[in-house]
Amino acid sequence: MDLRDLYQELILDHGRHPRNFHTLEHPTCSVEGYNPLCGDHFTVHVEVHDGVIQEVAFEGGGCAISTASASLMTQAMKGMSVQDARILFEKFHHLVTGERLRDEELPEEPHLGKLEVLAGVREFPTRVKCATLAWHTLNAALDKRSEPVTTE
Amino acid sequence: MEIVDTSSLSEPSVAAGLAGGCGIDAVDFRHDFPALNQKIHGKPLVYLDNAATTQRPQCVIDEITRFHREDNSNVHRGVHLLSERATQAFEATREKIRHLLSAEHTHEIIFTRGTTESINLVAQSWGHGNVGEGDEVLITEMEHHSNIVPWQMLCERQGARLRVAPITDEGEIDLEAFERMITDRTRLVAVAHVSNALGTINPIKRIAAIAHARGVPVLVDGAQAVPHMAIDVRDIGADFYAMSAHKMYGPMGVGVLYGRTELLDAMPPWMGGGDMIKSVTFEKTVYNDLPHKFEAGTPNVPGVIGLGAAAGYLERVCLRNIAAHELGLLAYATRRLHEIPGLRIIGTSPRKAGVISFVLADVHPHDIGTILDQEGVAIRTGHHCAQPVMKRFGIAATARASLGLYNTTEDIDALIRGLGRVREVFA
Repeated sequence: MDLRDLYQELILDHGRHPRNFHTLEHPTCSVEGYNPLCGDHFTVHVEVHDGVIQEVAFEGGGCAISTASASLMTQAMKGMSVQDARILFEKFHHLVTGERLRDEELPEEPHLGKLEVLAGVREFPTRVKCATLAWHTLNAALDKRSEPVTTE
Repeated sequence: MEIVDTSSLSEPSVAAGLAGGCGIDAVDFRHDFPALNQKIHGKPLVYLDNAATTQRPQCVIDEITRFHREDNSNVHRGVHLLSERATQAFEATREKIRHLLSAEHTHEIIFTRGTTESINLVAQSWGHGNVGEGDEVLITEMEHHSNIVPWQMLCERQGARLRVAPITDEGEIDLEAFERMITDRTRLVAVAHVSNALGTINPIKRIAAIAHARGVPVLVDGAQAVPHMAIDVRDIGADFYAMSAHKMYGPMGVGVLYGRTELLDAMPPWMGGGDMIKSVTFEKTVYNDLPHKFEAGTPNVPGVIGLGAAAGYLERVCLRNIAAHELGLLAYATRRLHEIPGLRIIGTSPRKAGVISFVLADVHPHDIGTILDQEGVAIRTGHHCAQPVMKRFGIAATARASLGLYNTTEDIDALIRGLGRVREVFA
């Protein structure tokens, strides 16, 4: 296993320079996500109107994997319907945990696209929680659950 | 100068002198620890996570196995020979630990599940009768969560106030502030002997003298100190001393609370059950004497016996030699780490045990940990159950290398090479 499978250029880039890394003026929901084991801490803001994610952004701090995953997630989710966002969440979860994707159960769209870069995480079981922290947090925000999300 | 505290070894010349006189050869000790002899991701294991838990020497593993094969039975109960042998080995450990801590009486050694349980025992049993509304418990900013939360819970229950003595930029307790924070309402001082996150060796003898001058007893969290230095609870003035077996080459799930007889005698039991009683009727139960009063139920007998074997191992190796060896290694590691651009050591007291916390430029400690693991180097990353320490230094986490008696300069070299790899990946 090569470290470069995990730390690909795109991940390092998003880890250093996260996109959509700010607050929102009119979020419909903001949720904190927290990994008590390592101290990674994000707040995900989302603005949903008519079932579509108009804006999504995040703040906080974490390792390269969790930051890059949060950053790539916000890029992928902006403009997406909540329904598609749930599907993408499932697909991403399968991608990083290495669970077999049961194609017949999930629609072809939306595609993972750039998110495939995080596939290497599955070889590092201790890091799966880093990659999924922002995702679980966004999922809670889409449910309008306001209590903080933890990975434990 | 304190005699038993390894602070007396913190000057390199003294440490070097000792190391030269009766130095230990860590390479030889490696052979005593079977877990060290393995490859991780194809590379030899370099174990630098000793502050989380140490590895076990073969003699500890053998002794636990021997107990299961030959002596297994319950203690303090049977008249048969097996029970007698088990009881004998169990109680022999109590005496070994009394000796290890230089306590006065064997009955002052209480077996628990670990440091955390030892502290909780005091917080519940002693705390209930001695800390009331408006009283204060004084801890420090560098405590492990296990020496914060039990006091917080006690204070909430009793309407008391938890006060926190600050630490300096070097990671030492601000003793002037500490002294000022002892008031007429202070009922207890609870402080780490060695900080698990910073490595600082606290001047317990001075702290206890300050507290005792105001009539305040002192609980010392010794989890990180016991494997690194000779301890004399009476000399340093610890009224309570808590420790874990697994930090000193013994098994997990066993620990010790030392308490002065006078204090322990006055405390009510904290758990009821078998073994802690003299007689039971539905009207009244008469509690057992020390130490059994605090040991309800069947204890972790194989664990305690394993702890005894670990104490015997440390005695054979000699804690003074370990301290000198580890201090030499700590100095070497500190020097090598300083050579790495962008690396900052958190905790720079001149009085440190074998713990080095650091951050590296803008690379998150978690990423450092993963890359080092690929090189076979095991360290800890995160907040080390000391979130207030992280907050004090304005960081979320650190990477932490912590030393044991079997570590060598080659281990440090492997760590440095691994950190070179980290810098390559994040270049």
